[in-house]
Amino acid sequence: MILVVVEHDRGTMSPATWEALAAANKLGETHALTIGKAADGLVEQIGVFGATTVHQVHDDLLIDYGPEAWGAVVAQAATLLSPSIVMATGTDRGNEVMAHAAAILDAPMVANVVEFADDSLVRVRWGGSLLERCTLDARIRLLTIAHHAFPAVESPATAAASPMGVELEPNLGRTMIRERVERAAGVTLATAPVVVSGGRGVGSADGFAPLQELATALGGVVGCSRAVTNNGWRNHTDQVGQTGTRIAPDIYIACGISGAIQHWVGAMASKKILAINIDPEANMVTKADYAVIGDLHQVVPAITAEVQRRRRGGS
Amino acid sequence: MKILVCVKRVPAPGARISIATDGQAVDTAFLGFTMSPHEECAVEEAVQLVEQHGGESTVLTLGPSEADEQLRYAASLGVANAVLLPISGPDWDPQRTATAIAAAVIDIEAVDGPFDLILFGNESADSGGFQVGIRVAHALGRPVVNGIKGIDVQGDTLRARREADVGVEVYEVPMPAVLGVKEGINLPRYPTLKGRLASKKVAVAQVSPSGDPGGQQMVTLLAAAEQVSATVILGNGPDAAGAVVDMLEEIGVLK
Ligand SMILES: Cc1cc2nc3c(=O)[nH]c(=O)nc-3n(C[C@H](O)[C@H](O)[C@H](O)COP(=O)(O)OP(=O)(O)OC[C@H]3O[C@@H](n4cnc5c(N)ncnc54)[C@H](O)[C@@H]3O)c2cc1C
Ligand SMILES: Nc1ncnc2c1ncn2[C@@H]1O[C@H](COP(=O)(O)O)[C@@H](O)[C@H]1O
Repeated sequence: MILVVVEHDRGTMSPATWEALAAANKLGETHALTIGKAADGLVEQIGVFGATTVHQVHDDLLIDYGPEAWGAVVAQAATLLSPSIVMATGTDRGNEVMAHAAAILDAPMVANVVEFADDSLVRVRWGGSLLERCTLDARIRLLTIAHHAFPAVESPATAAASPMGVELEPNLGRTMIRERVERAAGVTLATAPVVVSGGRGVGSADGFAPLQELATALGGVVGCSRAVTNNGWRNHTDQVGQTGTRIAPDIYIACGISGAIQHWVGAMASKKILAINIDPEANMVTKADYAVIGDLHQVVPAITAEVQRRRRGGS
Repeated sequence: MKILVCVKRVPAPGARISIATDGQAVDTAFLGFTMSPHEECAVEEAVQLVEQHGGESTVLTLGPSEADEQLRYAASLGVANAVLLPISGPDWDPQRTATAIAAAVIDIEAVDGPFDLILFGNESADSGGFQVGIRVAHALGRPVVNGIKGIDVQGDTLRARREADVGVEVYEVPMPAVLGVKEGINLPRYPTLKGRLASKKVAVAQVSPSGDPGGQQMVTLLAAAEQVSATVILGNGPDAAGAVVDMLEEIGVLK
C-alpha cells in the first residue's frame, strides 16, 4: 500500500496533491492521510484519483499547519500502517513535512522524484537543471514527487474515511502557524499570463519603467533576474529562477538576461519565450522561441508603442 | 545572540551544467565555486542579527578542504568564527551530513555554550534534499521551520515569516531554534576590502566528521531533457516591433 500525505490549507487541497494521488495510484493500492479536522470534507475529492481509504487524524495541535506536528503524524501513520511508500508533494510543505517524518523515523527521504524504476528512482537536482538516479534503501520508502512531473489523472474510486489516533506531545504546537496575512487577490508572478523580465542589461531600477509599461499593456507583470535583485533594483519577489519563482506564462519576454541555467529553470515552463538581447550568442537567445537582437532600451518602448497603435485601430 | 550558519560549497555553473565522464559529479574543470543564494542570505541574516542584538556568529561547512573559500567568504561579510568538517571523495548523503553536523554542534556547544539560533538554507543548490537542517534540529531536540523570509527577535522568541500561495504565515518559535531561510529575506552585502583582509586571519577550526552512510545512495547524474527550439529571429533593434506584435497576436496574447 502507498500512503499519500494530503497537502491542504485549512481544508483546501493543493493541486500538487492530485498529482501525488495519481502517481501513487499508478504504482499500487493507494491510501491517503489527511491531517486535521478541516480536511475531513476531502474524502470524495481524494477518491477521484483512486485512493480507497482516507485515514483522518484529529488533534487540537492540528487545527492549522505546523511542520513538527504534521511530521509527527506522518511518522506515526507510517509506523501504524506500514505502507511500502509514503509519498508527499514536492512543495514547501510537502518536502518539509516529509523531512520531519524522516528525521523522527531516522529513515532516508528522497525529495522531488520524477521517475520510478524497479530498482531506483530519478530525482531533481539543481532545481531541475540536472537529474540524479539514486537508490533508496529502507523498509518504508519516504519520498516526495516533483510538482508537474506526473499528470493528475483521475480514476474514480469510492474512498472510505477511517479515523486514526495519534499521540502528540503538547510542545509540538510551538511551530504551528500563529498568524496569517492574506494576500490581496490579483495576478502574481507565478500565475501571470505574460511576464516581461529584465536582467543586468536593464542597467538600473529606473530602467524598469518601460518594461512595466509593456507588461501593463499586455496584462502581465514584471519579473527579473538575480543580477537585478542583487543590485537592489527590484524586490526578490520579482525574481525568476531556481531560488526565485517558477513561472509558466503564455509568453515570457526576457530583456537583457543572459539565460544562466539557474534562471532558465525558472522560466522553461513558459509556453513561448522571446529574448531581447544585444548578444545573438546569449544562452537566452539561442534557447528562446523568438528573439530580437538589439538594445532593450530601444526595442521595448517600440513594442509598447506598436501594441498601443494597433489597439487604437491601426494595422 | 549566538548564531551558527551552515553552508555548502557547490560549483557555480553558467549557461549549462556538464556531467563528468564517470557520471558521479558535475564537471568543474572550468567552474568557480559558491554557496546557494539561500545560504548567502542566511550568512547575511546572522551578521545583521548580531549587529542588532550583539553576540557572535559562526559559519560551518562539511566538505572538501577547498570549502575554506566559502568559510572565508562568510568571514569577510562579518562572521567571526569558522568550522570545517573535512571530507574527501564524493558528497555525503543528507542523513550522514546531518549526523555529522549535529555531532559537531554538540561538541562546539559543550565548550562554548549553546547557539540561540542555527540557520540553514531552505535547500542546498546542488542536491536540493530539503532536509539537512530539519534532521539536525531533530537530533538537537530544537524546533525548526523552513522557508523563512523574515526574522524578528522578541525576547526568547523568534517571529518568523514565510510566504505561501495564500499569503504570509507567521511562526513564533522559542529559542534555541533552527530556521531554514530563503533568498529574499535580506539583500546580502558585498565583502569590503577590510572584510576580505580580516577574513584571511580567521582561524578555521577543524572537526573530524563522523556519521554512518544513510539509505539514499546516488547511482549516477543524468542530464535533464533539453528543449531544442530553433530560435526565430524577429529582427534587429526597434524596427522588429511590428514582427513582435504580429507574433503576440498570432499566439493569442494580444487580443
Ligand atoms: C545556486 C544558484 C541559484 C541561482 N538562482 C538564480 C535565480 O533564481 N534567478 C536568476 O536569475 N539567477 C540565479 N542565479 C544567478 C545566475 O547564475 C546568473 O548570475 C544570473 O541569472 C545573471 O543575471 P543576468 O542574466 O541578468 O546577468 P548577466 O549574466 O550579466 O547578463 C546580462 C545580459 O544582458 C545583455 N545586455 C546587456 N545590455 C543590454 C542591452 N542594452 N540590451 C539588451 N541586452 C543587453 C547581455 O548581452 C547579457 O546577455 C543563481 C546562481 C546560483 C549559483
Ligand atoms: N555539506 C554541508 N555542509 C554544511 N551545511 C550543509 C551541507 N549540506 C547541506 N547543508 C545545509 O543544509 C541545507 C539544506 O540542504 P539539503 O538538505 O541538501 O537541501 C543547506 O542549505 C545548507 O544550509
